[in-house]
Amino acid sequence: MDLAFSKEEIAFREEVRAFFRDNVPPETRRKMVEGRHLSKDEMIAWWRILNKKGWGVSHWPKEYGGTGWTSVQHYIFNEELQMHPAPAPLAFGVSMVGPVIYTFGNEKQKQQYLPRIANVDDWWCQGFSEPGSGSDLASLKTKAERKGDKYIINGQKTWTTLAQHADMIFCLCRTDTNAKKQMGISFIVFDMKSKGVTVRPIETIDGGHEVNEVFFDDVEVPVENLIGEENKGWDYAKFLLGNERTGIARVGVSKERLRRIKDLASKVESNGKPVIEDQGFREKLAACEIELKALELTQLRVVADEGKHGKGKPNPASSVLKIKGSEIQQTTTELLMEGIGPFAAPYDVHGDDGSNETMDWTAQIAPSYFNNRKVSIYGGSNEIQRNIITKAVLGL
Amino acid sequence: MDFDLSEEQRLLKESIDGLLTDSYDFDARKKYQKEKGGWSKAVWGKLAEQGLLGLPFAEADGGFGAGAVETMIVMEALGKALVLEPYLATVVIGGGFLRHGGSAEQKAQHIPGIIDGSKTFAFAQLEKNSRYDLGDVATTAKKKGAGWVIDGEKFVVLNGENADTLIVTARTKGGQRDKSGIGVFLVPANAKGVTRKGYPTQDGLHAADITFTGVEVGADAAIGDPENGLALIERVVDEARTAMCAEAVGAMDESLKSTVEYLKTRKQFGVAIGSFQTLQHRAADMFVALEQARSMSMFATMAADFDSAKERATAVAAAKVQIGKSGKFIGQQSIQLHGGIGMTQEAKIGHYFKRLTMIENTFGDTDYHLRRVTDAGGLV
Repeated sequence: MDLAFSKEEIAFREEVRAFFRDNVPPETRRKMVEGRHLSKDEMIAWWRILNKKGWGVSHWPKEYGGTGWTSVQHYIFNEELQMHPAPAPLAFGVSMVGPVIYTFGNEKQKQQYLPRIANVDDWWCQGFSEPGSGSDLASLKTKAERKGDKYIINGQKTWTTLAQHADMIFCLCRTDTNAKKQMGISFIVFDMKSKGVTVRPIETIDGGHEVNEVFFDDVEVPVENLIGEENKGWDYAKFLLGNERTGIARVGVSKERLRRIKDLASKVESNGKPVIEDQGFREKLAACEIELKALELTQLRVVADEGKHGKGKPNPASSVLKIKGSEIQQTTTELLMEGIGPFAAPYDVHGDDGSNETMDWTAQIAPSYFNNRKVSIYGGSNEIQRNIITKAVLGL
Repeated sequence: MDFDLSEEQRLLKESIDGLLTDSYDFDARKKYQKEKGGWSKAVWGKLAEQGLLGLPFAEADGGFGAGAVETMIVMEALGKALVLEPYLATVVIGGGFLRHGGSAEQKAQHIPGIIDGSKTFAFAQLEKNSRYDLGDVATTAKKKGAGWVIDGEKFVVLNGENADTLIVTARTKGGQRDKSGIGVFLVPANAKGVTRKGYPTQDGLHAADITFTGVEVGADAAIGDPENGLALIERVVDEARTAMCAEAVGAMDESLKSTVEYLKTRKQFGVAIGSFQTLQHRAADMFVALEQARSMSMFATMAADFDSAKERATAVAAAKVQIGKSGKFIGQQSIQLHGGIGMTQEAKIGHYFKRLTMIENTFGDTDYHLRRVTDAGGLV
């Protein structure tokens, strides 16, 4: 057992760190630090810088533009990215639909979609959840009926993140209504500008616009847009959801936020001294840091295990990552808000893209706390994660 | 970065696990508890035979030159089996003082007896008013000729009733809470003026309150600098804390295993109670707590190689916080999920709960170590 990174890994970290320092647009970084929304253009500009460097789809196989890094290198890259901080590559394209296409898609689909995903020429969104299908995803009702060389799609998706920016959607649709619920689902991709697609914003409790409802009304999609086999979509969805096991802990995000808590709590006073000197507050902060250190180690155990034994056999500790990672993210946003106390109150009426920034540095702190309640709900709620531990680890 | 055990370490784990599977089920433990002193000389002999009592000592001193990871492996196994024998007091703490502070003569005199299993040690440190502060020492060691005279009272000395040799912290100068002026002394348990009052502890181990009244020892009794022993004490106690973290992980691991087993077999309302989601999720939370604790036990273990003494100490304190929290949660929930049977002395599970509880309160509880991490400026 050895906790230290190798000399090569340390050099790699320096390289990654220097690249972020020299190439992340300062305005993008500032908005990230302050928890503000980035505009579509700001995000795409950064992702193209990353892609030009050859790091846009780092974990893909080399033949499709990946880097061939080790598990530890991926870990270092993600941690440095989160700590800088800079926006992570668009998960819906890079981590979700991309791997499904290069694993299950045909040659034409690979050539058509993969380079455009890497360069974010297409912004992808995810059509999984429906109003009646949240944790029970397989109960989804959106229908794709085969008519000649087309699917006719009808139904509704919801919680569709950043669909307002999207060019393409990957969608789970029911293609066989008679089969058992997991069996009749297909994985279909299509253009968001197709006739019959309507996007309606959902305003979340922080006042932000991240998620949307998406309606399909007789949307015509060519059958060649089916990925893999018809009625095998559930398998691809499971593959997709199981793909990102370690990134979900977001240790780097929490580390960066802890730095910000210390920074802001040094600026706000209580009893004639900075809040950061208050023993009670400091102990809460230390308790959070200990939890985070434990999570970081748990994550490293998973990463080291994947590096050594391959991704085939999931380390049982990996199921801890989502639960603890989301809890700690929530604690950090809570502490951030607690640190500034009454100054959390003012509400900043800003545009989607962070335009009209009228308020000072405290304005995004309460919204960030409210917004982060989502992290224990999305990506398989923490209760679903406990179900997974129950079955897969404890055998109950 | 590597979290796997080496080939030798894997063999060590197999060997200690095998030994304890053969000789340390819960019924055997009950028998050992009734033996004189409250633990089994035969098991201790087997540990010696397999070389486990000599693990951390240098090869030059007759040991195997093993490191913190090997101690972690052994302690985790001892925690799983709720072992009563004084490995922590003798090998980890007694051995730790000799390894880190002992002179060549002291090593030659004491280490062979530890390795062959003929001698055990106890660390007489806690005082009436010291609580968790290692630098709060009222017991005195006054110079007399070339030697020392020790006076004072020590409490809850683990293995104090049975030990052959006591390692005693005593003040050679300064006020009760001064950081300097503390010495560490080797005192034969049968020395004139040593009075021991032994008793079982809540977790089935044995301890003693010990009074030192004009106990005379030679100049060679002092381990290291008798006026500046605190750094040595802190170092050895940090190793003891690290070892206890591993022991606790073993105990938590086994607690969760037996609880899950119970959930699978106990039937109510015509079904196994493990089919109830509220109990499943509790067990899942116990698993999360266990893995976080395991990670921090490894962190403390690997921190033994950190260059900075301050970072080492903070890592151990942080681990003790995590182990304290996880241990309390897993211990309490194990009892809850076992229901009434968990309340009985007859069931094994309550004994894990009691050991975990005592570990939390030894060498600093969760609040104490949280304050240490806080005062060190945190971990990030």
